[in-house]
Amino acid sequence: MPAIETFQLEKSYTTGFWRKRRVAGLKPLTVAVEPGEVFGYLGPNGAGKTTTLKLLMGLIFPTGGSARILGMELSDRRMKSLIGFLPEQPYFYEYLTASELLEYYAQLSGVPGRERTRRVQEMLARVGMSQSARTQLRKLSKGMLQRVGIAQAILHDPKVVFFDEPMSGLDPLGRREVRDLIQNLKDEGRTVFFSTHILSDAEALCDRVAILHKGELRGVGAVEELTARTQSKVEILFHGLPAITLLSALGAECHATGETVRAVLAESQQDLALDALRREGARLISLTPVRATLEDYFIERLGERMDAAEVRR
Amino acid sequence: MSVPIAHVARNTFREAVRDRVLYNLIFFALLLVGAALLFGQISIGIQRIVLINLGLTAISVFGVVIAIFIGIGLVSKEMEKKTLYTILSRPVRRWEFIVGKFGGLAWTLVVNTFLMAVGFFAALLLLAHHFERADGWLLVAIYFIILEFVVVTALALLFSTFSSPVLSAVMALALFVIGTFAEDLRAFAAMSHGATRLFATLAAYVVPNFASLNVISSVAHGQPIAASLILYNTVYSLLYAAAALCGAILVFEYRNLK
Repeated sequence: MPAIETFQLEKSYTTGFWRKRRVAGLKPLTVAVEPGEVFGYLGPNGAGKTTTLKLLMGLIFPTGGSARILGMELSDRRMKSLIGFLPEQPYFYEYLTASELLEYYAQLSGVPGRERTRRVQEMLARVGMSQSARTQLRKLSKGMLQRVGIAQAILHDPKVVFFDEPMSGLDPLGRREVRDLIQNLKDEGRTVFFSTHILSDAEALCDRVAILHKGELRGVGAVEELTARTQSKVEILFHGLPAITLLSALGAECHATGETVRAVLAESQQDLALDALRREGARLISLTPVRATLEDYFIERLGERMDAAEVRR
Repeated sequence: MSVPIAHVARNTFREAVRDRVLYNLIFFALLLVGAALLFGQISIGIQRIVLINLGLTAISVFGVVIAIFIGIGLVSKEMEKKTLYTILSRPVRRWEFIVGKFGGLAWTLVVNTFLMAVGFFAALLLLAHHFERADGWLLVAIYFIILEFVVVTALALLFSTFSSPVLSAVMALALFVIGTFAEDLRAFAAMSHGATRLFATLAAYVVPNFASLNVISSVAHGQPIAASLILYNTVYSLLYAAAALCGAILVFEYRNLK
């Protein structure tokens, strides 16, 4: 049984006062996340990532389709005690201290009284906030609030954790800590579903990712599988400025620094490029295959989309 | 009481207690009670009446102001600040959240009223040096003031579920003022004809009847309050508040959070 599954889940909004029109926030989405998986939900700003998370959390209602978490309906109260959620740029009750806030959330999540204080202290220590446990939240920095946010999401020992842009507002050290924490959650056997537009984070952490653009699922799969679908490239370093014209004609991106030229082009054009260099008498320095990254795949998918839109126009 | 309701109520109470605005309002209410003492001293022969009228009115007005200004933000502020996201993603039902919020503010108002009433009775004792038997009716007037707060809180909460804080404040305040003159509205309905009569009668029954909850003038003159009125006002206020609360739940239950 998948930890999270959606069937044609969709959300559209009505806009306009006199001339009403429907705008799709999320086009029918069918996706399944397996237990113990770290699943990255990627997309540029406004892609529909937060809309999906809000639907899964029951904060907004779908206009079509359905979803289940741990095999239970979204309205199931038992399911809610088995999940944790960190919203994007979380706001908390600023008149509370970090430990009071966690105590309150532990109560709402049904953590038994005897265990509550211990869990709160444990979580504060886990996110490095023990020193600021008695500080009112209004006095904490954005990064510290994010840590409190993470602590509240995992406080009640959830099986599935949803993070909406968990690295947002964090410095490089903080981001590293969150990455480690997500890795630890995975090691503990929890399912992690996190949305981000920072692709390097997703690449480093995720077993599988889904790419969303303008509310539409554009691709889903393991990172290696997706990047393998991306056209492989090679990087050629050479001396000989006159060869730039020929290589550019083969679709290479060329950058010259003094006499040295760096050209990146599709692997399929490699032999033609080497022939051109020979003909122009250029001196080859190196030829290196370039590993496709998630970013390449991402840009390729979004690029395809833009091209299609331009053709329609 | 469902456990989440109690936790939400406790947190709402804690939020109100830590709000400085609340203390300012209580301070001004007590100041007004003190001022009533002064006014009483220059009102030869009717010191008690002046003190009771001004003191209880101060408790009522400041309590209503607290009920409206905290009540209008109970839900809308949580939506605007997105604090609701981390509440409703837990095993807390939407209706439990609404009832908890209502309970927390209602309890805050009861505690405030108790504190202001202590100040009021202290001022009365200072003026008269002793309590009279008829002063027992003052407690009934204070009980009616609390019922008034319960209704105002439920209405503010209802408006808070679907409109902005400013608009909610305007609507709640307007309804409070109209409700204060509910008896006059009924008298006007009885005198008018045709569509005006229909509309005025409908309005008179829809708006909360705060006029019947105001017995300040009677108790100031030492007049007893009929047991039937106590019963009627209790049932009426609780039913009205429950209806407003049900409305708030109904709106909130189907609301998409932005």
